[in-house]
Amino acid sequence: MNNSVYDVIIIGGGPAGLTAAIYTSREMFKVLLLDKEICGGLPAGTDLIENYPGFSEGTNGIELMSKFKKQAQRFGTEIVEFKEVKKVEPVEGKMKVYTEEETYLGLTVIVASGSIPKKLGVPGEEKFKGRGVSYCATCDGPLYKDKDVAVIGCGNSGLQEGEALLKYVKSITFIEFLPFINAERILQERLRKNSKTNFLLNHRLISINGEDNVGSITVEDRQAGEEKEIKVSGVFVYVGFLPNSEFLEGIAELDSLGYIKTDEDMQIKVPGIYAVGDVRSKKVRQIGVACGEATIAAIAVRDYLKTIGA
Amino acid sequence: MLDTKLKHVEDDAEIKELLESNANVMICCGRMGPMCIPVFGSMQKLEPKYPHVQFRDMDFDIPAADFIRGLPECAYFMGLPFTVYFKKGKVVKATSSIQNEKQITKILDEVFKD
Ligand SMILES: Cc1cc2nc3c(=O)[nH]c(=O)nc-3n(C[C@H](O)[C@H](O)[C@H](O)COP(=O)(O)OP(=O)(O)OC[C@H]3O[C@@H](n4cnc5c(N)ncnc54)[C@H](O)[C@@H]3O)c2cc1C
Repeated sequence: MNNSVYDVIIIGGGPAGLTAAIYTSREMFKVLLLDKEICGGLPAGTDLIENYPGFSEGTNGIELMSKFKKQAQRFGTEIVEFKEVKKVEPVEGKMKVYTEEETYLGLTVIVASGSIPKKLGVPGEEKFKGRGVSYCATCDGPLYKDKDVAVIGCGNSGLQEGEALLKYVKSITFIEFLPFINAERILQERLRKNSKTNFLLNHRLISINGEDNVGSITVEDRQAGEEKEIKVSGVFVYVGFLPNSEFLEGIAELDSLGYIKTDEDMQIKVPGIYAVGDVRSKKVRQIGVACGEATIAAIAVRDYLKTIGA
Repeated sequence: MLDTKLKHVEDDAEIKELLESNANVMICCGRMGPMCIPVFGSMQKLEPKYPHVQFRDMDFDIPAADFIRGLPECAYFMGLPFTVYFKKGKVVKATSSIQNEKQITKILDEVFKD
């Protein structure tokens, strides 16, 4: 057991967690931030972020997040990376935060654990992981130079990462289950105008096929009920997310998809525990929203700590 | 340079020396991206539990990474990181893309059991 008692323990070092860290450590609280990997969260895997204010030409995700991290550290946040939180337990007015190796004690906890990309669950996905199936265009894009690829999912992430892939690939076939595209219009317009792209809406991915590597995908036209095979060397998957909330099961109220329900101060039913960012139950998941919620929670934490005399 | 607590391999001479003087070696060749970072994290965690294995990372974009990229065992790899396990200088296992701690542990136990 780590014997220090922190005023605030933040779980997750993405935009939400780091913003909460900046605000709470600027209040001169003793703040610990734990991340199961390296700080940065989802933006660290994104090539270009164009809609975060203050960057007229857009910014690279890793660069943006390293600025967040430096800012949090400047105000004294203690950051411990590669520590996955397994459980949070309120005990006699304090919060025990368990990782595999250590238990930390805090007066408050801000959960900012975000979400992870969903898998497709179709035949071929596991077999070809790393051999044509990818979940990160920014990481693997250069390996697909001059190749035909498919992007599965036409939400913001799919289109944004598809656009990043265009630098490298010969063509992209976008596959979308719904009969329409649910993404920012500026992205839709840019991609539709590009001669390398092709959109198959109302299509379901049935399987990923090949020998040693991906060679094709089979899709079903949901309206016509017809199947067809499309030759591609790569399949990039952007079909939604699952919340990282398992470690709060039994403590927080979760919605039907597993996202954490809070009040408008971002507090769950247990006083002193807050949830912010993508892991929180809501409609819009963006960096600006994550930062805004973290700001609200940080101020609520300050007020809460005052009420308990900390 | 990769921002990890692992020892890095940076040139051909280091690779040669590493493989010639150690029976059990794991090299993870990647970038500081979301598919590679969890593998580096697992390696950092597992390193003390496997004192008979040398754990190294390698930047995918340096010239010396040609050694890993050019291995026949990596010929079909299309996802970072490329992780290669060497026993007495020979490749005994190679994986492409993200692997979790459990998967890495299983490989380490299998390929370096003696
Ligand atoms: C491809 C893609 C492109 C995007 N582009 C944009 C964009 O252009 N503009 C925009 O505004 N938004 C964009 N988004 C959305 C944006 O990335 C998210 O809304 C934002 O990252 C949410 O921040 P967060 O801190 O809540 O969660 P995350 O960024 O997911 O961070 C959560 C952190 O918590 C850590 N963690 C998880 N579980 C645990 C645990 N048990 N213990 C310890 N740590 C844990 C994770 O390692 C991670 O670092 C994009 C998302 C994707 C996937």
